[in-house]
Amino acid sequence: MQIDLFPRERTTPALNLLILVTSLIAGLLAVSVVFALNGVNPAAAIFAIFKGCFGSLYGIKETITKAIPLILIGSGLAMAYKAKFWNIGAESQLLVGGIFATWAGLNWGPHLPAVVLVPLMFLVAFIGGGLWGMIPAVLKIKFGINEVISTLMLNYIAAEFVKFLVVGPWKGATKGGYPYTDDLPAAGILKHLPYSRISPVLLILAAAGALILGWLVYRSRFGYEIRVIGENTHAARYSGINFFRTSLVLMAISGGMAGLAGAGELMSIHHYLSYPETLSAGYGFTAIIVAWLARLNPAYTIISGLFFAGIIVGGDAIQISMQMPAATVNVFNGMILTFLIMGDFFISHRIRIRKGAAVHA
Amino acid sequence: MSPASKRVLWKKQKVLIETLKLWYSLLLCTCLRTDSLGLSPEPWPITDDSGSRITAAGPIFAGTKSGTEVPLNRIQSLEMRGISKSFLEVKANRDINLKVESGEILGLLGENGAGKTTLMNILFGLYYPDEGDILINNELIRLRSPKDSMRAGIGMIHQHFMLVEKHSVLENIALGYEDAPFFFPHKKLRGRIRELSSQYGLEVDPDKPIWELSAGEQQRVEIIKALSRNADLLIMDEPTSVLTPQEADELFEILKKMCSGGHSVILISHKLEEILSICNRVMVLRKGQVTGEASIKDVNKGKLAEMMIGRQIATAYPKADRPPGKTVLKVTNLDVDSDRGLPAVRNLNLEVRSGEILGIAGVSGNGQQELVETITGLRTPLNGTITMKGKPLDHADARKAHTLGITHVPEERIKYGIVPNLLLYENSVLKQHRDAPFSNGLQMNYGVIKDHAEKLVDGFQVDTPSINIQVKSLSGGNIQKLILGREISGEPDLLIAAHPTYGLDVGATEYVRKQIIALRDGGGAVLLVSEDLDELFMVCDRIAVMFEGKFMGEVTPDACTIEEIGLMMAGSSASEVNPTEAEASLPKEDA
Repeated sequence: MQIDLFPRERTTPALNLLILVTSLIAGLLAVSVVFALNGVNPAAAIFAIFKGCFGSLYGIKETITKAIPLILIGSGLAMAYKAKFWNIGAESQLLVGGIFATWAGLNWGPHLPAVVLVPLMFLVAFIGGGLWGMIPAVLKIKFGINEVISTLMLNYIAAEFVKFLVVGPWKGATKGGYPYTDDLPAAGILKHLPYSRISPVLLILAAAGALILGWLVYRSRFGYEIRVIGENTHAARYSGINFFRTSLVLMAISGGMAGLAGAGELMSIHHYLSYPETLSAGYGFTAIIVAWLARLNPAYTIISGLFFAGIIVGGDAIQISMQMPAATVNVFNGMILTFLIMGDFFISHRIRIRKGAAVHA
Repeated sequence: MSPASKRVLWKKQKVLIETLKLWYSLLLCTCLRTDSLGLSPEPWPITDDSGSRITAAGPIFAGTKSGTEVPLNRIQSLEMRGISKSFLEVKANRDINLKVESGEILGLLGENGAGKTTLMNILFGLYYPDEGDILINNELIRLRSPKDSMRAGIGMIHQHFMLVEKHSVLENIALGYEDAPFFFPHKKLRGRIRELSSQYGLEVDPDKPIWELSAGEQQRVEIIKALSRNADLLIMDEPTSVLTPQEADELFEILKKMCSGGHSVILISHKLEEILSICNRVMVLRKGQVTGEASIKDVNKGKLAEMMIGRQIATAYPKADRPPGKTVLKVTNLDVDSDRGLPAVRNLNLEVRSGEILGIAGVSGNGQQELVETITGLRTPLNGTITMKGKPLDHADARKAHTLGITHVPEERIKYGIVPNLLLYENSVLKQHRDAPFSNGLQMNYGVIKDHAEKLVDGFQVDTPSINIQVKSLSGGNIQKLILGREISGEPDLLIAAHPTYGLDVGATEYVRKQIIALRDGGGAVLLVSEDLDELFMVCDRIAVMFEGKFMGEVTPDACTIEEIGLMMAGSSASEVNPTEAEASLPKEDA
């Protein structure tokens, strides 16, 4: 018997769906083993997960809440990855967006109505995240510094800077010594839908952002250039594409989207800046997987973001209802994802099994 | 749990593990190609006509005994008999016979694509021939991988060195060195390197990292690497292409020393002078076949050029009879360096007028690539000016070159000319994607682009099922037609085409040439860089011959023979190549 691998020339949507569903089922089967070893009925656990994230009103609301930052960041990352610019620094771009929004809210908030202040805070957060994102772009094009390292390291710098702010100069007078800034003024706080933590403004912003970025990548001239850069840098040079300008704009948008997510979390959920772990919960890293699951199409991050938020919320649900350790939930998330990503292999490759001995050409 | 039941459990687990191991190894044996893993020493034993078994590199795998002063020369003679090799429909080698004796330098001469490298890759075990045998010391041998070839005593030094830049010389030589002891391998290797260095004059510091070395020194490391594995026959692929003239001379000294010690060398080259100065014998390949073989005493430059290029000149394509118009491109006093910082183009002047095709002939690597890259805005010149219709192209800016009206069919068409993973219609506007009507400042106008792509596909005979497929699934000829169509459909003022028909089949070649002539007839200017002299003679109005970054002279196809061009390509200037003498086919050697 011999197994041969061939690159697959074309895929159909039906095949994609089949592979997606198959890998999801395979992942669930593998997870079932883990559940069984923990002495939990796998069927009950998996049912609890889906009930927890999509099967109940509370679950759906929580899923959407968690999906919003993932979609915002993931769509920006998908765009950067399309140009093969490996932005691992969405976490810090989110934090810097949060810092800028906090500053704008605290300084301008008392004098402005909500209609002006909210867009202004988003704008400032976008600029903040964008500027932070442009640093690795400059470092890469002008000095040849690997963007993976620089974006990753900038994460630590931004996180420590947030800590410095909330412990030091920005420590709130009304917070009784806790390392928090003061609350944003009421005009800068986003209203939620009743009995939920979903802000409609933010929801629309995330969906529209993902769609606009999708348009940018696949319909605009800028998107054409970043796809040429991503697929063949030699051809990009040949066709006279300006690497520096394109990378700057690209990272300004990618970082800006993460900045929006930071402002959104701040204005909708937290209302004040505190430790970086509180503001972000690792969204900047989780969104990397969201972008890949969306096959680097920013518009698809709406689906993959919701899906991934569902996995997180579902994991939380079994932790409570099945009293399983928190680590089990991470195992669940990790295994489902690993299987989904493994499925990608079958989308790009065809496998043929031949009987009989190996024949050499 | 009682101890007894624990034991049973343990036993069960052990059985399970053993079973798994067995399955794993079975799976490995069946699914993977065992020979590529090197699991079995002789995976495909073959028998010759008499039925006796021949092993891979068997008969001559004697190895060197430690303590012997001079390594045993295992290859007294090597013979390739009736070698043929095809890639799809292309016959890269056809019934080639080659013989090398110990102590001999054989020159292998031919144009790009003549099949030299394929033949040597067969000898080095990288390809397996479709037909033919390889014999060492008159015994049949099968070379299925470079490992077999190295064991048999064949070493190859590639044009681009296979060295780890950040590792030291010693470490690079140790890499894959089979006889290295497990403990303290450095000690043994250092001794071996010193021995080889002094024996052949290969001076190199074993502890320096590769990136600090010059090209010549890196080549010496490659030679030591091959020799340390007891290579008796060295294949050198275009060894002087990266060297300065001084370094080349040093290399030749080393090669001569090696040959006097009983080694043999096959030197792949397309530089006639080199072959004449160092080889004992020369074999010429053309389009996959041997077109000549001679002792070096019996040939001169003119004869070699003739063997390499072939005699017959195909008939020219019909061209509109029109005088050239105004000067379009003017290049004055251009100096350009190569990536390695060596001089590539020196003090070069050229002019192309509208309605004219200027050909640039020359063996590749004489600065043509750098010249083209500079004119198309991909490389910054050291000195000199380039003006396009009076407007200067002062620094490397491909977009500016495009807006000045220069279009470019690049030499490496897959690498530069297209984006393989994008769709055909997306590729049909690469570089023009910023121009109206294909896009405005913000949005791509994919409707117009698709119409444009359809027109290109129809007008330039691109054979494709659809414009919605990834362009990488097209054949090379169709990709080239698409690129050419894209570059000339806008009726540019100047087309720069580098090796536009290289590797294409006959039909595509003819089509591309006709399109280039059509552009010229319509009043466009063309700069055509090619190694194919037939092509230059058939297509061009004027031909300039380039050698070591300079123009040796300029000729018109009707008033010149291919021998004259051949001599200029080998470095003789136009004044030296006196037409009357050239007709007597006894060209004089240049000093």
